[in-house]
Amino acid sequence: MPVKAGTQKSKQVSSQAASQSVKAPPPKQAKAASKKKDDDDTTEMGEGTEEWMQGKTLFKPSDQLELTEVELKEEITRILTANNPHAPQNIVRYSFKERAYKPISNVDQLAIHFSLDGNMLHKDSDEARRQAAKMGISERTTTTETSTGETEERTEAPASREEAGEVEEGGHGGDSRKGKSEQKITNQFNFSERASQTLNNPLKAKSQTEPPPRANFSASANQWEIYDSYVDDLAKQERNKEKQKAPPTKKENDKSKKKITSIETQSDDISKVAKSSKIIERMVNQNTFDDIAQDFKYFQDASDEFREQDGTLLPLWKFQYDKAKRLAVTALCWSQTYKDMYAVGHGSYDFTKQSRGMLLFYTLKNSTFPEFIFPTNSGVMCLDIHKVHPYLVAVGFYDGCVAVYNLKEGGVQPAFKSTAKCGKHTDPVWQVKWQKDDMDNNQNFFSVSSDGRVVSWTLVKNELVYTDIIKLSVDGALMDGPEGMQLHTTACGTSFDFHKQTDYLFLVGTEEGKIHKCSKAYSSQFLETYQAHNMAVDAVHWNHFHPKVFISCSSDWTVKIWDHTIRTPMFTFDLNAAVGDVAWAPYSSTVFAAVTTDGKVRA
Amino acid sequence: MAEPAEGKKEEADYKRVHSFPLVRHTDMPEEMRVETMELCVTACEKYATNNENAAKMIKESMDKKFGSSWHVVIGEGFGFEVTHEVKNLLYMFFGGSLAVCVWKCS
Repeated sequence: MPVKAGTQKSKQVSSQAASQSVKAPPPKQAKAASKKKDDDDTTEMGEGTEEWMQGKTLFKPSDQLELTEVELKEEITRILTANNPHAPQNIVRYSFKERAYKPISNVDQLAIHFSLDGNMLHKDSDEARRQAAKMGISERTTTTETSTGETEERTEAPASREEAGEVEEGGHGGDSRKGKSEQKITNQFNFSERASQTLNNPLKAKSQTEPPPRANFSASANQWEIYDSYVDDLAKQERNKEKQKAPPTKKENDKSKKKITSIETQSDDISKVAKSSKIIERMVNQNTFDDIAQDFKYFQDASDEFREQDGTLLPLWKFQYDKAKRLAVTALCWSQTYKDMYAVGHGSYDFTKQSRGMLLFYTLKNSTFPEFIFPTNSGVMCLDIHKVHPYLVAVGFYDGCVAVYNLKEGGVQPAFKSTAKCGKHTDPVWQVKWQKDDMDNNQNFFSVSSDGRVVSWTLVKNELVYTDIIKLSVDGALMDGPEGMQLHTTACGTSFDFHKQTDYLFLVGTEEGKIHKCSKAYSSQFLETYQAHNMAVDAVHWNHFHPKVFISCSSDWTVKIWDHTIRTPMFTFDLNAAVGDVAWAPYSSTVFAAVTTDGKVRA
Repeated sequence: MAEPAEGKKEEADYKRVHSFPLVRHTDMPEEMRVETMELCVTACEKYATNNENAAKMIKESMDKKFGSSWHVVIGEGFGFEVTHEVKNLLYMFFGGSLAVCVWKCS
């Protein structure tokens, strides 16, 4: 090796010289270069660099050896050896055998240029083992002597685990490899286990969805089954319908009045018990008042044969109700549709002391107890039952309110009630009357009161809408305009009645004793005024049959019959007592009944 | 004499009155029930003479609308015991003498 190197070097030199000589192109440079080359060995580097810088001009350094050409061309051979130049070439050692100093043939030529102590331990050496133990890896199998050592190791192991930073992975790696008998010691500083396993969820035991739940059903389809179920269904429907019908009198009308009908066997429902108990009550009453009922139907007095002119009025029933005892009967009205039902309004005629009132409905079938009871806040002055819808009852109160009760609905409150905002009267309402349904099929009714207004009320959806029809005044119709300068003393209407045929025509009776004939169309003008009585007109009624005739009664003890085209009455009846009310007989155009304050009824 | 005539009239009345569809037993949700009932009525009226065709029509429509495997039986006298999926059964009468049973079970 060293020889080669040396020869190489000489070759190199010679080759380089040759190359120098070959590279003749820049002859000057080459010459200069070769010159330098031959001279000195050590300046090879410099020559090398000189070769690169061919652009520069060559110049001789001043301290260059001056040699002759021959000497320049002389080849000098140098040999490189691997001998350590510093090593001694002759080492003599004393050999005891020969008892002489002998030179050693082989001289150690080792020259250490650089030495660095490494920190790698053989894994089986003591030191390595100790280190491994510290890292908790060592699990040299089951040597008894290390049993205590193992426990120590274990206690050490968790401690060491806590210390190291990335120790989880190292620990894991260590744990996983405990069984591998120390194949590899992990780097305790910066170790990351490359091999890692993702956590695989355990496979679901059920791989199928649950089927939808099932159930069994069995039945048989035969003709009789079908028939039975239809009949049951119909019966159920009928029962439902019956429950909805509010006035039970309808059901009564179906049964015969006189004879005892078999009571339906009802199921044990409370509502059905109520119904049957009502029927029983009526049966009982009928039986008790049997002869009265007989009289009602077929009243024929033997005395009729004798007295042709006068008839007799036989009081049939007396209707009384405990809670209404102190209240005077202020209004009465028969129901048109259910001919045996009528309504009674209770209030008080004592105008200084007003209290609550009551609205009662009686039926002739049950004379001991009212059918419907409605307590009211103020005394009832008048009422009217609708002809077509017998469950609608219009009521006028002493405090000027107007209300409509719906008998179908169960509650005690009125379905509609006028309030101070929507135009209730300021004075007691003396009369209310239903009208035909207006164009939108809403029910409406009229009311007249002492505040001088005739108002039409319409039931629109949930509320009562009022329209002033006419205002009464002493002189005539109400005249507006400040230039009139008339004090409109509003008169007080006490009663009114609508013409049977010409619907828009109506009469109003006032407290001043006048009767005005008015039309719904004209709201400020009366068609006619009749100076009827000297005191308040208590009632006006058109004749049912004669379209031109009407009757009026008043507190001036008179009853007058008029033809509305003539301004003076046709007939006058003096009754010696203030007449409270008068009514035409429905069957005859010439018969009427009048009631007076002395408690008598005359026909 | 008057009796049988009256009996016949009553029967005709009964037929007229009782011919509306009457559900005898069902556990379907409301909407599904109404639709199924109407379908059955239509089918029975269309194929008044042929129960099989009516049943076929009902079954195919139900399969399309509500999912697979419906079963339909139409007749005037039969008894049955079936296993059905919950909330998928309708048993109704129609026309005074027809009984229709529709259920789903896959």
